[in-house]
Amino acid sequence: MNSVQSVSGQKSKTKRKSILKRLIRDYQLYLLVLPVIIWYIIFAYVPMYGLQIAFKDYNGALGITASPWVGFKHFQSFFRSYYAWTLIKNTVILAFYSMIASFPFPIILSLLLNEIKNAHYKKCVQTVLYAPHFISLVVLVGMLNLFFSPNGLIDNIRSLLGAESVNFITSPGAFRHLYVWSGIWQGTGWGCIIYLAALSGVDPGLHEAAMIDGASRLQRMWHINLPAILPTATILFIMNAGSLLNVGFEKAFLMKNDLNADTAYVISLYIYDRGIIKTDFSFSAAVGLMNNVINFFMVLIVNRIAKALSETSLF
Amino acid sequence: MAVIKETRRDRIFNGINLIIVTVCLLLVLYPLYFVVICSFSNPNSVAAGEVWLYPKDITLDAYKTVFENKDILIGYRNTIFYTIVGTLFNLALTLPAAYGLSKKNFMGRNVIMFFIVLTMYFSGGMIPTYLTVRGLGLLNTWWALIIPAGCSTYNLIVARTFFANGVPSEIEEAAIIDGCSTFRVFFQIVLPLSKALIGVLTLYYGVAHWNEYFRALIYLSSAREKVPLAQVLREILILNTMKATAGSSVDEEMALYYANLANLLKYALIIVSAAPLLVVYPFLQKYFDKGVMIGSLKG
Repeated sequence: MNSVQSVSGQKSKTKRKSILKRLIRDYQLYLLVLPVIIWYIIFAYVPMYGLQIAFKDYNGALGITASPWVGFKHFQSFFRSYYAWTLIKNTVILAFYSMIASFPFPIILSLLLNEIKNAHYKKCVQTVLYAPHFISLVVLVGMLNLFFSPNGLIDNIRSLLGAESVNFITSPGAFRHLYVWSGIWQGTGWGCIIYLAALSGVDPGLHEAAMIDGASRLQRMWHINLPAILPTATILFIMNAGSLLNVGFEKAFLMKNDLNADTAYVISLYIYDRGIIKTDFSFSAAVGLMNNVINFFMVLIVNRIAKALSETSLF
Repeated sequence: MAVIKETRRDRIFNGINLIIVTVCLLLVLYPLYFVVICSFSNPNSVAAGEVWLYPKDITLDAYKTVFENKDILIGYRNTIFYTIVGTLFNLALTLPAAYGLSKKNFMGRNVIMFFIVLTMYFSGGMIPTYLTVRGLGLLNTWWALIIPAGCSTYNLIVARTFFANGVPSEIEEAAIIDGCSTFRVFFQIVLPLSKALIGVLTLYYGVAHWNEYFRALIYLSSAREKVPLAQVLREILILNTMKATAGSSVDEEMALYYANLANLLKYALIIVSAAPLLVVYPFLQKYFDKGVMIGSLKG
């Protein structure tokens, strides 16, 4: 400390002193933040340091640092494995289907909700539409199982219409649709909140001017309200792209069974099976890292595209 | 605004709009309503597909079976514990940090925020996190569902944005001139002014704890007595582990009744597990919009 000070001269000496002074003056501020910093180091950055086991043969007795390096062995064995391409295909299809299909619904619904004049009814609809957001995934998948298995609600409706009984829960062909559309059922209402907020900020002067020019409600919705929420929509789209391949472990895990595994087996479930169940830590950490890196680049790519198309971007 | 009269075209638009929104409302509402009416109905009627708009042959058998199950009661107790202690821990960690990081005289706050936000886009992943938790000796302890869930980056950003914009800085400055320490300003002036924020965070964190099953799945694999309700729900709703006992009766009609009851109690279980949320839902509703609004101000 002393030698550094004498080298860097008088100017930085006073600067350092003033920094020290500010640190002492505001020490309580730093104490308020300290616990969270410690928490992030332990639960976010220690695991990131631990990611090196993806390039090692992790040995519990040696610990993370002392385990021997093996380079890309685990990555190679993943790509050579029988499962690899099925897993990647399932994950990518489910991710894109889910992202594309669920994206427009909150936008459309919030535009429609915004046109409802009866404030009481609007509030009432919102209350109901938000509710599914708070339903846990276990209950949601439980409801799917009840509704879509033989003798369930859907089966009963089908039998009224004269269709034969189908067990959707164990059908590989139905898995993706159930996954995506139950997500839309659950998330659309909640997704409206942010768009409704953006719509409430639209300048009423624009609408008045358009009305004087003879624009209909539909035209005003299309030419005034929709452009007003597009920047918000773009930002949300980019953020969704970032978690694209983080295909909900939780929901896929709950929905997967022996019979629909052909389409329901996604990368995160494989990581769980190999890592937590078979304790093959290095291999599954490597698969996780691969997943993570792809995700990270997805954000960058989608961000770049959005920037080029609409001049709105996250960073 | 109302200078110009509505045209016929606009009235048609209104009508169609109202119909579409009402259909959406029913699509969301009916499955929820259906669960409620089934849970009160006779198991045989539900299995025969006779329940559509109202409960049939009202009975509380499903609820009785649910409340006689020891696993469910233990899970319920555990979840209440995790929700209360976990949410308090979340608030104790998030609120002071968010306040500190919102202050301009906090040196290096941008660097710290960068490293915090980075974790939203890049993380160690399931396995290294699991090894860390295991290394800390938290596996199969009560803390496994509380400490690793300590802070959510999204909520931290929401809180920081609120403190930066929602609390008038003049009040704080006046207090500091009067000789208040930072601790006192935070605890006695800022926190009492932040009830909306505390409401939002309690809601977000509380719901997350109430619905948590993933951490229980991997961290509590051999601590049966500590698993939360969601884990028990998974076993009964999805893995079908629960059978309603028919006792010693071999009566065929009774056997069928109990077989159907085993299915029916799932409806009751869904209601029981969601009951606390349903009760507080109307009171928390005013915080929904606020929460998303505060969060969307960032940047």
